[in-house]
Amino acid sequence: MSAAAVLAWQGIRGACLALPVLAAAVLAGAMIGETSLAPDLVLSVLANKLAGAGLPVDPVDQGIIWSYRLPRALVAAACGAALAVAGVVLQALLRNALADPYILGISAGASTGAVAVTIAGLGGGALSLSFGAFNGALLAFGFVAILARAAGAGGNRAAAAQIVLAGIAGSQLFNALTAFIIAKSANADQARGIMFWLMGNLSGVRWPDVWLAVPLALAGWMICRFHARALDAFTFGSDSAASLGIPVRRVQVVLIFATALMTAVMVSIVGSIGFVGLVIPHAARFLVGPGHRRLMPAAALTGAVFLIAADIVSRIIIPGQVLPIGVVTALIGAPSFAVILVRGQRTAR
Amino acid sequence: MRIEARNLSFSVRGKTLLQDVSLAVQPGETLALVGPNGSGKSTLMRLLSGLAKPSHGEVLLEDQPLARLTRREIAQRIAIVEQQADTAERITAQSVVELGRTPWLSALKPWSSEDTQLVDKALHTVEMEGFARREWATLSGGERQRLHIARALAQRPGLLLLDEPTNHLDIHHQLSILNCIRNLQVTTVVALHDLNQALTCDRVAVLSHGRLVACGAPSQALAPETVSEIFGIQARWVQDAEGAGPFLSFQLA
Repeated sequence: MSAAAVLAWQGIRGACLALPVLAAAVLAGAMIGETSLAPDLVLSVLANKLAGAGLPVDPVDQGIIWSYRLPRALVAAACGAALAVAGVVLQALLRNALADPYILGISAGASTGAVAVTIAGLGGGALSLSFGAFNGALLAFGFVAILARAAGAGGNRAAAAQIVLAGIAGSQLFNALTAFIIAKSANADQARGIMFWLMGNLSGVRWPDVWLAVPLALAGWMICRFHARALDAFTFGSDSAASLGIPVRRVQVVLIFATALMTAVMVSIVGSIGFVGLVIPHAARFLVGPGHRRLMPAAALTGAVFLIAADIVSRIIIPGQVLPIGVVTALIGAPSFAVILVRGQRTAR
Repeated sequence: MRIEARNLSFSVRGKTLLQDVSLAVQPGETLALVGPNGSGKSTLMRLLSGLAKPSHGEVLLEDQPLARLTRREIAQRIAIVEQQADTAERITAQSVVELGRTPWLSALKPWSSEDTQLVDKALHTVEMEGFARREWATLSGGERQRLHIARALAQRPGLLLLDEPTNHLDIHHQLSILNCIRNLQVTTVVALHDLNQALTCDRVAVLSHGRLVACGAPSQALAPETVSEIFGIQARWVQDAEGAGPFLSFQLA
């Protein structure tokens, strides 16, 4: 078999494993909610909408499934996959088990950027929320990286603690900026809406969000997957990666740009959702091991399924009320985070 | 593979770590690099491997400036084993050695049975075949060091740079690693603390305060007068009763 054939075969085999799981999760997302809808109903709606089958379906049910639940499940999948992959990449590049877009302040920066554009009116309406979020994300990561470097984090292992501390400082600063902008510029209704959005909320998701989130998650995933072997080479640090022929600076720039872009766009659609980028990579590593060629698809799939599940939970746990999805992920994520901390401490000794 | 350092200097934050070092290593030769702590051995290694850029001077690999090669091209020619490379990943011994194939793989040239063979051979060379499935965290310092060397060998380099490879190793593995290095058909530069081990190499270069103070045949470069002065001790030749070559004996001055 030629090299290209091997690659294609691996891709097809991976897709055959992943797609049914993903499809089942999306189906569940469309079925479960305040009103439970049967799977054949969901499939009928899909047949009507995608193939024009003209099956008899109650228009209200069709509206719920097609306009609300399906885009919601698809965006949740894209968002979960993107955040999990961002976590995998940051953990490998920074060689820190605790790195993720949330802890490193990227999410906080994205929130600030989004709020600066929407509430404070930065750019006079010419800038989109995603653009603001993206710049905020890059700004926050730049701030954290410079702070960590100034605190003496070179390429060595002491950098591990430094970068997390810098990330905490960055998160605090940008969260404070966000709060400042809201307090100064927003009216009471806006403030309530934005706070709800900041905690992670999929309620407002419609089809245009799907066309942004899904292609971006796919593109981001492919960039990261393409660099899987390079990320493996970072196992013993950036010097070791360089000695294995990895153009370290270029890989770092490309991947950090990709993770910041993915995080920023996801935050701009659903708000900042914590712990997915932190916990899912560890769960995936537990399942398939540390090699990035398998870890990258595993983390993306686990993240997608996890966030769809979290969204379902957020819709049904309190009858008649939707909980911010960030609350659900944090309720699962915080204890998992504690477990990682304790286990990391043990292996360090 | 021939490597040459021309007037290499390296300073960081105004502190000069290496000054005007010139030396050449011939194809197939094993050069030992000795000197007190902080004399610039590791710095010279990093400059020779291209991991650091010299402040002055240049490194020539096969008469070609190292600075003109890409990282990947360098990695296909030079492998380096640095001190204290560690990881918290739950990676197996075999995967560590497989990393050595990185510079030879690409999207269109994926892992092949040849790569597997080279990895197995490298594991065999450092006597670690039986450890292939073990996790990194469960290995001793010496076992980890041998894996790093196997990783470097799996890279199939024309030039091997080893920074104190016998650290953490017991005497059996020190001797077997050194023996293995000498028998490789690869140009090797090896930083060593044990001067008697340096004596067994083809040539020895002695560094002190960032300068090259001696370079030549082991018995000349490591003359007791030189060693005594540089390390601040008293060294003398001792003849082995069994008839093997003379070795160095030390005491505090």
